[in-house]
Amino acid sequence: MSIQPTLIAEGIEATSRREAGISSRPPARSRRSGGNRPGWSTTIVLLLCAITVVVPLYVTVSMAFKTQAQAVDGNAFSLPAPFSVEGFVTAWNLTNFPAAFTVSVLITAGTVIGTVVLGAFASYAISRNWDRKLFRYSFYYLLAAMFIPFPVVALPQIQLTGLLGLDNPVGVTFLHIMFQLSFSILLFTAFLRSIPNELEESARLDGASTWQTFWQLIFPLLAPMSATVGIFAFLASWNDFMMPSLITSNAALQTLPVVQSIFQTQFSNNYNVSFASYLMAMAPAIIAYLFTQRWVMEGVTQGAVKG
Amino acid sequence: MTTTTAPTAPTQAAPPSATTPRQAKSRVEGIYYAFLIPSLELFTLAITVPAIIGIFFSFTNSIGFGEWELIGLTNYIAMFSDPAILSSYLFTFGFASVTVVLVNVVAFLLAVGLTAQIKFKTALRTVFVIPMVVSGIIIAFVFNFLFSNSLPVFGQATGIGLLSESILANPDLAWVAIVIVTAWQAVPGTLLIYIAGLLAIPGDVYEAASLDGATKRQQLVRITLPLVVGYVVINVLLGFKNFLNAYDVIIGLTNGGPGTATRSIPMTIVTGFTGGDYAYQMANATMFFVIVVIISLIQLRISRGRNAV
Repeated sequence: MSIQPTLIAEGIEATSRREAGISSRPPARSRRSGGNRPGWSTTIVLLLCAITVVVPLYVTVSMAFKTQAQAVDGNAFSLPAPFSVEGFVTAWNLTNFPAAFTVSVLITAGTVIGTVVLGAFASYAISRNWDRKLFRYSFYYLLAAMFIPFPVVALPQIQLTGLLGLDNPVGVTFLHIMFQLSFSILLFTAFLRSIPNELEESARLDGASTWQTFWQLIFPLLAPMSATVGIFAFLASWNDFMMPSLITSNAALQTLPVVQSIFQTQFSNNYNVSFASYLMAMAPAIIAYLFTQRWVMEGVTQGAVKG
Repeated sequence: MTTTTAPTAPTQAAPPSATTPRQAKSRVEGIYYAFLIPSLELFTLAITVPAIIGIFFSFTNSIGFGEWELIGLTNYIAMFSDPAILSSYLFTFGFASVTVVLVNVVAFLLAVGLTAQIKFKTALRTVFVIPMVVSGIIIAFVFNFLFSNSLPVFGQATGIGLLSESILANPDLAWVAIVIVTAWQAVPGTLLIYIAGLLAIPGDVYEAASLDGATKRQQLVRITLPLVVGYVVINVLLGFKNFLNAYDVIIGLTNGGPGTATRSIPMTIVTGFTGGDYAYQMANATMFFVIVVIISLIQLRISRGRNAV
């Protein structure tokens, strides 16, 4: 993940600017390019640039489907001939793909759910009690983690998780949530400010408790923000290498990215096996992205511009 | 211009507005504590306590276990004459500076293209964002193969001596590979922010300009650039801070080598885990922390200052 939250927090403006987000294009823009004629020269330049994105992905796919005999010739760009899945079979068994995949899924799901729920809880409490010192200072306190990248606290965290018996995927999930918390609280509190108080007042008049108000009224209203927070948490957690590689002590409980590094030496020159393994590790996130791309693009834009 | 200040409104100056009716209440409902306290406790345990432990041990001679004693600033003083530390700072800052420029230039130009009148707009955007969802270390392994196998073949075929051997094995060129792969991954996020910035510019500004006879290039330099300068500031500072934390991509490409030519600050810090100089690397981490805080404060100041105008 390349985007990290910062402290350039912003007020409510970004929420309203969301409407002008990725997908909508102000009509006036089209006029300046002179009518509806698409700019072919720009399109061609962009298509050429897109090749730089596609080539590494193409190489990964084509290498993965080669036989070992063809893969060792080192020609990255040739098409697989014959088409073979032996790389996948070997990689699946060698790296114990199902185990690593399960660990990755559990850590990512735990991180997404934990970040959204804890973040929404804390933000709701903070924004509704802003006049209380405890809550106001808590906000600044929780936000301070944006100043602390993982490498700064990595060594003590490795020691502490070891002492507490958390040198495993549970500990990784926990730390992922904690590093995402600041950003999610920043986004949630900004959004909660824009929810009119009358809504809650009327729910309370109907006899709803704070707990009920939160779950039945506030949390559903937070959905678009939860999506943004969740997307950031997903990308940060699924693709992370540094933290699981340092925190989890048992190699059998490692995530997909870490497993690729562990098996580097065993892959040696069996490029079809290594690339099949890379492909299986990359594919879930890419497929998920292709199905949810509008959300991802809007969420990232909104989160980054706001954060 | 309101458009330029839009992305950086104040944060802490604006308290949540919805509190007024409840100010009369004298007691806070207990459930609000139940909502807040778990986060505070877990956060303290996960981040604050390790940070304090780390800073404390940076003043000791601990090797991570066993006995230790306080040694004052010795670790900090030693850092300034340690070639391993100095070279990792030099490399990391140099790498981050080059990458941040490259990423922003490429992302800005792509964003201009992607917001213009083009064919396949949606498909192109979809493709350009893909690198953002790919794990850094895995794509670094893929590029590792290309740099050490395919690029030398190309270099030999075209007679470019510099490329005829793997650039990853060349201490003077390995950083270029790291810049390329990091940029490959970082462009999409930067690009999306620029697209948001470009779409926030009202179209009639361009209309007026073209009526006055401004060319496309003049419009880009005189209108577009000044109006997205706020987004440039965000992207540069965000990117720089991210790139200082470079780890995954470097592990996948060079693992810090050849020798220690491409060892970043985070990689150096982590050696304290296995290398027996725990306290010393905690001093390094503390120093790194101070630098990150300074950059963040600059960032806050710039965004606030611009907003006040």
